[in-house]
Amino acid sequence: MQLLILWGLGLVFGLGLILSGMTNPQKIFGFLDVTGAWDPSLALVMGGAVIVAIFPFALARRRTHALLGAPMQLPRANRIDARLVCGSLAFGVGWGLAGFCPGPVLIAAVSGAPEAVIFIAAMLTGMAIFEYRLWEKFGR
Amino acid sequence: MLIDTTVFTPWRSLAGGALIGLAASGMILVNGRIAGISGIIGGLVRAVPLDVRWRLAFLTGLLSAPLLYRQVAVLPPLQIATPWPMLVVAGLLVGAGARFGAGCTSGHGVCGLARGSPRSLVATLIFMTAGAVVVYLQRHL
Repeated sequence: MQLLILWGLGLVFGLGLILSGMTNPQKIFGFLDVTGAWDPSLALVMGGAVIVAIFPFALARRRTHALLGAPMQLPRANRIDARLVCGSLAFGVGWGLAGFCPGPVLIAAVSGAPEAVIFIAAMLTGMAIFEYRLWEKFGR
Repeated sequence: MLIDTTVFTPWRSLAGGALIGLAASGMILVNGRIAGISGIIGGLVRAVPLDVRWRLAFLTGLLSAPLLYRQVAVLPPLQIATPWPMLVVAGLLVGAGARFGAGCTSGHGVCGLARGSPRSLVATLIFMTAGAVVVYLQRHL
């Protein structure tokens, strides 16, 4: 039952991504191309999502446990450090190059785009570099 | 700044965004976790027992979305013109960058902004600016 609820949340998230148009890299390029023919759609996706989620997050902050019983795990980090800045910078460059980010590219892959599969393989490799601290192993 | 009204989809995007916000709200209230896709996938790349199931359930739901959507409506077009070496470079940057930066468009851009996190605001401004610069260099130089 719990897993079904989580499945449903993923489904709603995915349907939102599809409906919003964000699975198409051209919509991302159109948004990032602020000096050209600008497509502000992404701003409305993010704005709409944020407005809906503000109150639930405020509610979550006052609780110690989630409805399914797990402890509430809101991020506690508050330092703006080099890791945050450099990571976000790299993420933004990759996002601008391909027009894909982690959620939409999964949907694109299931929709039958082989390019998305290539991107996902590289993305998982990039994540593994972080998870297994591979830069330390290759750095020596 | 000129808005291209031929491609701008205000209502669809707002409605889709609302669904994303709803799912992110459900994730925090029901499961106590941030609905950041890169974080959810990252936690599977180096899996910890007992922590895997909710991630897989959520991602299976996400992956089911186009399959179910396709039953009732036509999926929006996917226009991909990026050559594969570029996709590899971009994928590496997105994967590593999202993990080092502790979030992506969903974790920082939606959940982080909704909970008023200064870190997420900084991250979102940085990745949007970086993306805009890359697109500018590719399209206008």
